[in-house]
Amino acid sequence: MLNSTVKQLASDLAAKRVSSIEVTQYFINRIKLLGGVYNAFISIDEEKSLAAARAADQLIAAGKAKPLTGIPLAHKDIFCAKGWLTTCGSKILSNFIAPYDAHVIERFSESGAVIAAKTNMDEFAMGSSNETSFYGPVSNPWDCAAVPGGSSGGSAAAVAARLAPAATGTDTGGSIRQPAALSGVCGLKPTYGVVSRYGMIAFASSLDQAGPLAKTAEDLALMLNVMAGFDARDSTSLQREAEDYAREINAARGEPRERAKPLKGLRIGLPTEFFADGVAPDVAHAVEGSIAEFKKLGCETVEVSLPNMHLSVPVYYVLAPAEASSNLSRFDGVRYGYRAPEYSDLIDMYKKTRAQGFGAEVKRRILVGTYVLSHGYYDAYYIKAQKLRRLIAQDFVAAFKKCDVIMGPTTPSTAFKIGEKAGDPVQMYLSDIYTIAVNLAGLPGLSIPAGFGDRNHPVGLQLIGNYFSEARMLNIAHQYQQVTDWHLRMPDGIKV
Amino acid sequence: MKWETVIGLETHAQLSTRSKIFSGSSTAFGASPNSQASAVDIALPGVLPVLNRGAVERAIRFGLAVGGKINQRSIFARKNYFYPDLPKGYQISQYELPIVEGGSLDIVVGEQQKTVHLTRAHLEEDAGKSLHEDFRGMSGIDLNRAGTPLLEIVTEPDMSSAQEAVEYAKTLHSLVRWIDICDGNMQEGSFRCDANVSVRRPGDPLGTRAEIKNLNSFRFMQQAIEFEIKRQIEILEEGGKVVQETRLYDPDKNETRPMRSKEDAMDYRYFPDPDLLPLVLSQHWLDEVKAALPELPQAMREKFMREYELSAYDAVSLTASKELAVYFDAIARHVDPKLAANWITGELSSRLNDQNIAIADSPVKPEALIWLIGRIIDGTISGKIAKDVFRDLWDGKVVGAGNLTLPAFKVEADRYIEKMGLQQISDRGEIEKIVDQVIAANAQQIAAYRSGKPKAFNSLVGQVMKATKGKANPAQVNELLKRKLAE
Repeated sequence: MLNSTVKQLASDLAAKRVSSIEVTQYFINRIKLLGGVYNAFISIDEEKSLAAARAADQLIAAGKAKPLTGIPLAHKDIFCAKGWLTTCGSKILSNFIAPYDAHVIERFSESGAVIAAKTNMDEFAMGSSNETSFYGPVSNPWDCAAVPGGSSGGSAAAVAARLAPAATGTDTGGSIRQPAALSGVCGLKPTYGVVSRYGMIAFASSLDQAGPLAKTAEDLALMLNVMAGFDARDSTSLQREAEDYAREINAARGEPRERAKPLKGLRIGLPTEFFADGVAPDVAHAVEGSIAEFKKLGCETVEVSLPNMHLSVPVYYVLAPAEASSNLSRFDGVRYGYRAPEYSDLIDMYKKTRAQGFGAEVKRRILVGTYVLSHGYYDAYYIKAQKLRRLIAQDFVAAFKKCDVIMGPTTPSTAFKIGEKAGDPVQMYLSDIYTIAVNLAGLPGLSIPAGFGDRNHPVGLQLIGNYFSEARMLNIAHQYQQVTDWHLRMPDGIKV
Repeated sequence: MKWETVIGLETHAQLSTRSKIFSGSSTAFGASPNSQASAVDIALPGVLPVLNRGAVERAIRFGLAVGGKINQRSIFARKNYFYPDLPKGYQISQYELPIVEGGSLDIVVGEQQKTVHLTRAHLEEDAGKSLHEDFRGMSGIDLNRAGTPLLEIVTEPDMSSAQEAVEYAKTLHSLVRWIDICDGNMQEGSFRCDANVSVRRPGDPLGTRAEIKNLNSFRFMQQAIEFEIKRQIEILEEGGKVVQETRLYDPDKNETRPMRSKEDAMDYRYFPDPDLLPLVLSQHWLDEVKAALPELPQAMREKFMREYELSAYDAVSLTASKELAVYFDAIARHVDPKLAANWITGELSSRLNDQNIAIADSPVKPEALIWLIGRIIDGTISGKIAKDVFRDLWDGKVVGAGNLTLPAFKVEADRYIEKMGLQQISDRGEIEKIVDQVIAANAQQIAAYRSGKPKAFNSLVGQVMKATKGKANPAQVNELLKRKLAE
């Protein structure tokens, strides 16, 4: 069961070779045993999880099972789940029991999946190392002294340590792909608008997108099938026909006699900017190795350019904080969440509550965001950044005229040490340099394990597709995973 | 030296949708605190706004009614500030691109017409309410009103007196009810005005303005603006300077007093709300809304003046509401419009007001008034008796008043007049007989009249009317009496 994929577990459950109670209990036992080692979780509720597992077993027995019925999943603590503590990694929500389900949670429970636990994360998803969490940093299962990446660090660590078969995350500037890469798992950020943001605590609304983390591309497809779909409660949710993201997973192109080349004719775009000075040699080496593998599968490579990509980090650090400064205004101590125990008047209550309730990184971004929206600065920062955002998106439009999918490293380096970049925000921000532009353009991005670098730290390969090309991207990743086994490797120390 | 007053108004009209602008909660007034506050209204973590189409439709209706430009693409923006009754820490409003720009409203002050130009009208959500009593040193928050849809309607500084401002507000108030976008209930806060007031010497640039809030009746608006004009003139005449500030009107003391100055003005950090896509309106929808608009008050006013030759004053009175205008129009088409106007603004209005009945619920339907006025004109009943008949119509003593078609009603009503013996006596012989009797019995009065006391004549007329129970044709009585006395 340890290394079983969601697909395998689903088929075992459907065939009644195993019950949801058994699977759920197995992972909860692992969470209880190892969750603390990595600090990957914020809350577990065994009773609730087992009750859901029992209900799932009844559905299976009644022949009413859906694809994920009975599968325990770990959810990032950014998703409201009815009756569950939902903290977003912050002290300010450290007492908040959500009274409703997020769209994503609702879809999983309709599908019969079980909530195994809620995962640790950077506070309000602001961070790239899972060190900004009020609940403390998460350790990388491949190296306990290293970060797992962030902000979905708990989810990535949970999948890497096989504490859950799959997990959910959210990605505003790389928060699914970067921890997936650093923790050696697969993570997908869908096209903006594919997964409803309803019930997902907002960081930067125009960039936030939920997605799955799992061991295989095929599992990502099964997860996305449940998560995706129009939701009238989110005005930015896209009204599209429901699609089966696993439909193309085994699609092979070319003649039957060329089975060895299932990706024949696929044009991989390699942006020069992704392979320039900033990337660490061990990362470059692993990524080049996996691209060579893709060539063996029949792909061609073309050089493309994203000339405005160097602007993506500064643009992002204007727009995301601007939206965040406003989105986080509701945490004021008035209606729910933490309130300072002592204060003299209303203004003092606001000040103390927010001073005590938010961590340093969140405060930094609220300050930056408030500044860039202020009278007299708005045009120079916010408006300018919006214009550049369009240029960055246009770069991709131009690139996709020359290629079918873009590939490159997900991150410039492998997992860094806990504390190594915590004192230097700019260094930290630069660890998302390859992922941020994808959010700014609203495109789908995928990170898959592509080997190992120095100190046996996992390396992630990023695939960037055109809008709504998730099914195709997952097919490409799946074909790669048919001929490689990086994604099935497990860290030492997780077997108990 | 003379002073010139410059006034602009900002009005918040609560749109009459059943649910809120960004959530499904009810907008009904008066529910127990927080019973109409959903997850979205409380601003729980993770919730998102979804725009109410009905609110947009009402804004379009308004824009079309004032001849404004409907922006087919408009943007919702966040206005950021902290206050306990503002749950998200920002209000969703429209800033750079409102749904309506321009347009105008014609007002009548006395018999003078004037055009007030509108700057814009934009959609936004209302805040909740802070309750400072009953919580022993703490404040309570009621979020029932949070998220109620508002249309903020802003004028150019086109008004030059408190009276003009009040006329504009009344005209706007009538319009929003006319086109059915707002119930206009000022006590419940469905229609709230703020006034920007400044004074200057004629020809000078605009003076520094004060914004006056809390004008929740037309009377208060009049008083507050008049007070404010006086206050500003006094300051300037004493060589002082008016400071730009927000002032609150206190109706108990009839004065305005400072609320906050410009220095305290907040930086609202407006930016486009990323949770809401730009609001894009199809031409098809605009055409549909336009086609469904009722005939507008301005058009009806002009028609009344042109076709029925009413004065501007009467035309304004009779278009105070759509129901009233439709009622009048239904009658004026059939009988003398001036008589119709008199009956409606006189007898009917006073009874409706006395009993607080809306014209739509009047027990006297237009058919009944058409008949009644018709019978006055054709001489069947006298004007005096008509008032009694009107009372009987009102009291439902005339069978079928309002329930029958006009021809059927006429038959019934005529039968009623006959039965009650109310017909006017126009038989010359019959009146002459009574006149003779009165002359014979009132030698003294006649002497007085002949010695130059014209009042005595009225007394004689009165006696004839009394003898006929008011049914004698007054013109004939006058004519006969005069002739006989001259003999």
